[in-house]
Amino acid sequence: MSSKRNFVALKSIMYKEIHRFIRIWVQTLVPPAITISLYFVIFGSLIGARIGEMGGFDYMSFIVPGLIMMSVITNSYSNVASSFFSAKWQRNVEEMLVAPVPNWVIVAGYVGGGMARGILVGLIVTLVSLFFVEIQIHNIWVIIITVSLTSATFALGGLINAIFAGSFDDISIIPTFVLTPLTYLGGVFYSISLLPDFWQGVSQINPIVYMVNAFRYGFLGISDVSLTVSFGVLFVFIVSLFAIAMTLITKGIGLRS
Amino acid sequence: MLKALEISALKKVYKGGFEALKGIDLTVNEGDFFALLGPNGAGKSTTIGVITSLVNKTSGQVKVFGHDLDTELEAAKSYIGLVPQEFNFNQFESLTTILVNQAGYYGVERSLAHKRAEKYLKQLDLWEKRHAAARMLSGGMKRRLMIARALMHEPKMLILDEPTAGVDIELRRSMWDFLRELNQQGITIILTTHYLEEAEMLCRNIAIIDSGLIVENTTMKALLSKLDVETFVLDHAETSVSPSLDGFSYRILDEHSLEIDVKKSQNINQVFTQLTDQKIDVKSMRNKSNRLEELFVTLVSNGLGNNNEKSSDKPEAGAN
Ligand SMILES: Nc1ncnc2c1ncn2[C@@H]1O[C@H](COP(=O)(O)OP(=O)(O)OP(=O)(O)O)[C@@H](O)[C@H]1O
Ligand SMILES: [Mg+2]
Repeated sequence: MSSKRNFVALKSIMYKEIHRFIRIWVQTLVPPAITISLYFVIFGSLIGARIGEMGGFDYMSFIVPGLIMMSVITNSYSNVASSFFSAKWQRNVEEMLVAPVPNWVIVAGYVGGGMARGILVGLIVTLVSLFFVEIQIHNIWVIIITVSLTSATFALGGLINAIFAGSFDDISIIPTFVLTPLTYLGGVFYSISLLPDFWQGVSQINPIVYMVNAFRYGFLGISDVSLTVSFGVLFVFIVSLFAIAMTLITKGIGLRS
Repeated sequence: MLKALEISALKKVYKGGFEALKGIDLTVNEGDFFALLGPNGAGKSTTIGVITSLVNKTSGQVKVFGHDLDTELEAAKSYIGLVPQEFNFNQFESLTTILVNQAGYYGVERSLAHKRAEKYLKQLDLWEKRHAAARMLSGGMKRRLMIARALMHEPKMLILDEPTAGVDIELRRSMWDFLRELNQQGITIILTTHYLEEAEMLCRNIAIIDSGLIVENTTMKALLSKLDVETFVLDHAETSVSPSLDGFSYRILDEHSLEIDVKKSQNINQVFTQLTDQKIDVKSMRNKSNRLEELFVTLVSNGLGNNNEKSSDKPEAGAN
């Protein structure tokens, strides 16, 4: 009885979330395609040729997985951050709060929506990449698992950000000051084995390194870190972020007075 | 008689220390049409916020159809449909989308939700606008949209927080008819309002809240009988003598109008007789109606002592 109700509620939230980013596709789906094309033009044709090989692959092929991952990360995060914050802002989050929807369904629904956008954008970006490079696939399951876990992690992050946010500025602070630097330093553009020992050590605490490398392994079969560690890191992040999000919503932080 | 709502010793202290509810008790029977009346800032929306779990209570107990909010929150929530005071839907979504999603949160499948959306949009005269984004609606339409939204899961209890604020007379009347019809179908209705007239037209039982306390909780009839003074304004032809009235308290407003307080025990004919004797022609008479104001004055001047009397006026049983 109530499990059927929860299932319908979950479907409704996800439907609403997916409907939202598709309705505003010019803001959500087109920019990543343009950005990735620019990366290919600059790094691929102009600079990439001079860099030569990286990890045994030509530079373009080396960076493709990282670029895809980068758009998955930003889109999963910002989808939930802006959607949930605007639901708070317009107060339509109350529609869910008054209804008999358990908190885990709210979290799962928003995370599902964020994952859907992250993965769809990942697919779009992959398709665009095909115009510039040939993409090989080493292990499709590693790709699927990594992209799912990564998008879930950042969707949860975006949700937590939105719960705390008091203004639209607050949902751009973390992406600008935390996510972007971590991504750029996360081995998207280089193999961390190129770094001096000290910086290699520092990179170990950047979670994005593990995601990018696991993802790259799925395509190229090469990685700077072990796959098991990568999945372990992702798993720990998902579990802890989920627990944090649940606690915040249950306490009604930023939602109930 | 099943209780639709039981509130006991409910307190709410907002962050910052403001005590919005100072321990209120309230019972609403199933099938009742109940008014919660009170001035701005009295605590009406806070009370509703607690019932609908949008506001965390500080202490006290709330039960909805016997389900305690603390232990059976989801069961309690499923009985309630809420029409909040402020617009709180996504302004960018279409009416149908808003309604169908809301139904989904209560476990109503999309196919059924679409049928219900059609029914309520038609009943509330919004069908033409079903594809429009909510922000394109007029204020009165937005209110009706929120009523439709609250009905999508066919709740047993409908709570409306100032549903007719900023709504014109004609629409207000049609909303009243609509609510009456819902009540006749057995839905318990609780509404807050500033207008005694609205409460009088619709409700069987009433509670008056002021500064976080229930100052009166009784039947509409019993309450109205407490209003024992009515004030009339008379316009009369100009006269050389200024009017004087024996046994009435009155105020001369200007050279051709005066204001008279008439108690229930007094006879208004007396006024005319006396004025006729003074050869003063009354041209028109109107009720200086701010009865709500009078009511508050009565209640406040009698102090909270009224609370002791209230138990003698048992709230009337609901329709079902
Ligand atoms: N989130 C809040 N934080 C602090 N104080 C609040 C909050 N919400 C309401 N209050 C205060 O609580 C009191 C009761 O407010 P409430 O909204 O319940 O009044 P009301 O009876 O609904 O008034 P109105 O008729 O104006 O809607 C007011 O003094 C208000 O300032
Ligand atoms: Mg209010």
